[in-house]
Amino acid sequence: MTDLIYPHTILGLAPFPHLFPPLRGTPKETEMIATITLAGTVTAQGPVVQRHDDGRLTITDGLSRLTGWPVGRVIRNGFSALALAVLGLGLGAAPAQLQAETLLNVSYDPTRELYREVNEAFAAWWVAQGNEAPVIETSHGGSGSQARAVIDGLAAQVVTLALASDIDKIAETGKLPADWQTKLPHNSSPYTSTIVFLVREGNPKGLKDWGDLVAEGVEVITPNPKTSGGARWNYLAAWAWAEKNGQDPKAFVGTLFKNVPVLDSGARGSTTTFAQRGIGDVLLAWENEAYLALKELGEDQFDIVVPSVSVLAEPPVALVEGNIATDGSRKLATAYLDFLYSPEGQALAYKNFYRAWDASKAAPEDVARFPELELVDIASFGGWAKVQPEHFGDGGIFDQIYVPK
Amino acid sequence: MTGRPIIHRSPMPGLGLSMGITLTMLSLVVLLPIGALLLKGATYGAEGVWETVNRERVWAALFLSFRLSLFAALFNLVFGVLLAWVLMRYRFWGRRLLDAAVDLPFALPTAVAGIALTALYAPNGMFGALAQQMGWKIAYSQWGIFLALVFVGLPFVTRTVQPVIEEIDREVEEASATLGATRLHTLRHVILPMLAPAALTGFALSLARAVGEYGSVIFIAGNIPLVTEIAPLLIVIQLEEFNYDAAAAIGIAMLLISFAMLLVINLIQVWSRRRIGHV
Repeated sequence: MTDLIYPHTILGLAPFPHLFPPLRGTPKETEMIATITLAGTVTAQGPVVQRHDDGRLTITDGLSRLTGWPVGRVIRNGFSALALAVLGLGLGAAPAQLQAETLLNVSYDPTRELYREVNEAFAAWWVAQGNEAPVIETSHGGSGSQARAVIDGLAAQVVTLALASDIDKIAETGKLPADWQTKLPHNSSPYTSTIVFLVREGNPKGLKDWGDLVAEGVEVITPNPKTSGGARWNYLAAWAWAEKNGQDPKAFVGTLFKNVPVLDSGARGSTTTFAQRGIGDVLLAWENEAYLALKELGEDQFDIVVPSVSVLAEPPVALVEGNIATDGSRKLATAYLDFLYSPEGQALAYKNFYRAWDASKAAPEDVARFPELELVDIASFGGWAKVQPEHFGDGGIFDQIYVPK
Repeated sequence: MTGRPIIHRSPMPGLGLSMGITLTMLSLVVLLPIGALLLKGATYGAEGVWETVNRERVWAALFLSFRLSLFAALFNLVFGVLLAWVLMRYRFWGRRLLDAAVDLPFALPTAVAGIALTALYAPNGMFGALAQQMGWKIAYSQWGIFLALVFVGLPFVTRTVQPVIEEIDREVEEASATLGATRLHTLRHVILPMLAPAALTGFALSLARAVGEYGSVIFIAGNIPLVTEIAPLLIVIQLEEFNYDAAAAIGIAMLLISFAMLLVINLIQVWSRRRIGHV
């Protein structure tokens, strides 16, 4: 059996084998003692009998064989165990020696529920790797104002925002490299979403597709594209539909926004206006927000209508290099972002109504709920660098909708 | 002319120290931020500022903000004085509770106030439903903005007028009555002149507060450009686009208009003091 050394098992990054190709090598095979974790809480220790490709280890405790993720350092042999013990004594061996790392994740509005669960799961996993429990904080707000807070000095190690253009703005200050979006898989978007319609129970106005929204007397609720990242996707989805259906897109979105009686500043505000205040016939919402509204406010009050065309919104995540002070901080932040791509992280994304990439650990019903539809991504509009000034900049196409008669 | 020191040596001890502390604090908290805003505008240039402000949408927002703030402050002037009078002159059950409640708009986060008002006055809210039956839309119209501005500004008038009412002796009213004045005459020529300076101060504070209010209005306004879009929201929108210059330009426009309004109010105050005499 050729033995592989997995650098990530030593770094405590076991669940991400795809990110850390194994180094081929021949470690000293005297006796390898490893501690593994079973079901997250139970640990077991014993000689290693088999290493799995995904980083898990099988050990034997004399009676049976157990398979699980390795915890902390793999103690290679008696000598290094002794060395570690000596080192531990030399450093005082107090548990407080392992400083609790802190992590600030600056995110946007609708991810509250997602990151609440991710933080909890990640912290448990991080501790299971033999680390001190981390202090993870998440801040939520409009994507643009969150980006501005980071630009102005909010010390976020990780940003998880609605739009790549917002992270681009942070990159302009030099806090992270210009090619940040290539650092993680799938354009740095561990999960995606799209825009759907939330209508009142039974769909009394019979709204089926974008074309129905411009009819006389239909009230559409959407946040302001100038202040909300999600609303920019709403606008672009309507634009894409008009283009594909032979309508003048500019005139179409103009008519659509004439049917908007309330422009909230953020996605959550619009959901409240529609669901709690009873304003409007249809809410243009993130798919995850729409499902959340169904779950929180009762399935007997609203229906979700999926239009024929919508957008593939890729909310990106990034490590803010400029705010990483220590190696420990970098390790934690990197592991946090990688966790989002792990089967566990992806399962949480599915559970919180996001479309993700890896459904291997997700509950089947969480995956099955998403219908197929034609999705248009930002690249087909020419990328944010082009779309942002042209549509949403000062005096751009969106501003031209609101000119005095 | 020989240079005279700005601060004359005073027989009162501690002038230098207290003045130093005051100026430092004032600089840090007030003068520096405003200076930074003006500097930002200066680097943008007067033309740039004018170009940003001189647009239909900005004028509409500025007009809306200042008009509704003025109405709200006038409303507060009348009802704030009335409220102060009731609280100070009459003894009734729950007076202290009501008195304490006046400060709530100060203490409550404005977003909470905005959401609470919206919940009540939205078409499916308690009062909103009633109003809608009468064909009156409150939340998501200019009425909603007015309501929110009245809410945040009310304590200013009441709190500035209250101590003055406490100072007025009952005997003054009684004397007026024995001299044959009607109740209305007493109110108009005896009571109100004494309250005027304090009420005007409260009015100015309430107006200033309303002009800058963002948190509560944003929830109840509807924020439709040209109709219910307030000037502070335009600033936020510009910031959202990372357009700091334009945001500063609108900020400067608001600062100048506010300054002009407060100056006029101060002049009225000086005039009324001279006419009526100091109370």
